[in-house]
Amino acid sequence: MASRRAGAKTYEQVGLAAWQATEKVNAELFTLTYGAIVRQVLADYEDCVPEANAKLDAMGRSIGGRLIEEFNAKNEQQRCVDFRDTCETIAGVALRMFLGVGGHCADWNADHTSCLVVMETNPLADFVELPERYRDLSYGQMLCGVIVGALEQVQTRATCEWEKDALRGGDGFAMRVTLVGQIDTPYPFDD
Amino acid sequence: MSAPPTPATLPEEPENPPGVHSVWIINKSGGLVFRDVYADIAPIDTNETLRLASMWHSMHAIAAQLGPELRGELPSETDGFHLHCAQTPTGTKLMLTCAPGTFADHDAGQAVLRTVRDLYADYVMKNPFYEAEMPIRCELFEKRLRDAIDAVNGAA
Repeated sequence: MASRRAGAKTYEQVGLAAWQATEKVNAELFTLTYGAIVRQVLADYEDCVPEANAKLDAMGRSIGGRLIEEFNAKNEQQRCVDFRDTCETIAGVALRMFLGVGGHCADWNADHTSCLVVMETNPLADFVELPERYRDLSYGQMLCGVIVGALEQVQTRATCEWEKDALRGGDGFAMRVTLVGQIDTPYPFDD
Repeated sequence: MSAPPTPATLPEEPENPPGVHSVWIINKSGGLVFRDVYADIAPIDTNETLRLASMWHSMHAIAAQLGPELRGELPSETDGFHLHCAQTPTGTKLMLTCAPGTFADHDAGQAVLRTVRDLYADYVMKNPFYEAEMPIRCELFEKRLRDAIDAVNGAA
């Protein structure tokens, strides 16, 4: 499963190369900044957890829509051939490039439209313990939003939610990514 | 159609300076969001640039249907200038015009467009105050791009 196309590098190799070529920031600065954002969003929505989750998701979408250009610019790769290729690229290349973590796809459904993107670790959640009153907070929701927002810019409509969240008692971190449909390229003429 | 102009009324052919003449960025709906000029070429008024950009966008879409293997890297050559174009997977088009013979081959032109794209990803998309699909008014981007193109033109 590792090889992308005949003779091509594995997703993992591509991801590591992208990670090498990326400028780094201090991991704690990153993690603590994310924590500060989540706290601020909770404060803005007066501890209303569902609204805070939605806001984090929306912020993530905006980020994803911008970050996709960076991803494409730094990866000299062709378009993904199918959704399976897309998810493997997210798990193996994108997570490594932007977060420095490894990931893989698991638990595909029969028609390959939905899978779990399993993260080896989640740097966003280092140091975090969710207090009881925030037990429904999807702390890393922004990451789901980033994936959805980025896919949207490459004509792929998908949903993404945490299915396993160690902060909420899951074993590890994994996101369920599900294909909803392709967005047709708007041509300036009718066929 | 009006009568073709007599040769006497034709504007004088401007000098054709060597190197890259201009860089254009067209958003995914065919709107011109950026254009800058790097050589002493005949000026085009703004409405004309918008029209040309959307015309290219449409021609590009037709060409993509006829020859999908081009992946948006549609080149165009005239006696007066060459045009190199690249398209990001998000549908944004980057193009440049240059004097014929500026680039040894198609790939050399694409390499410069990759530089443009890298700068676009960094200084436009990561600028928190840039609104997607809107005209690009980012000084840092303009400056970095000018430096990059000047370097290309200086080396050529």
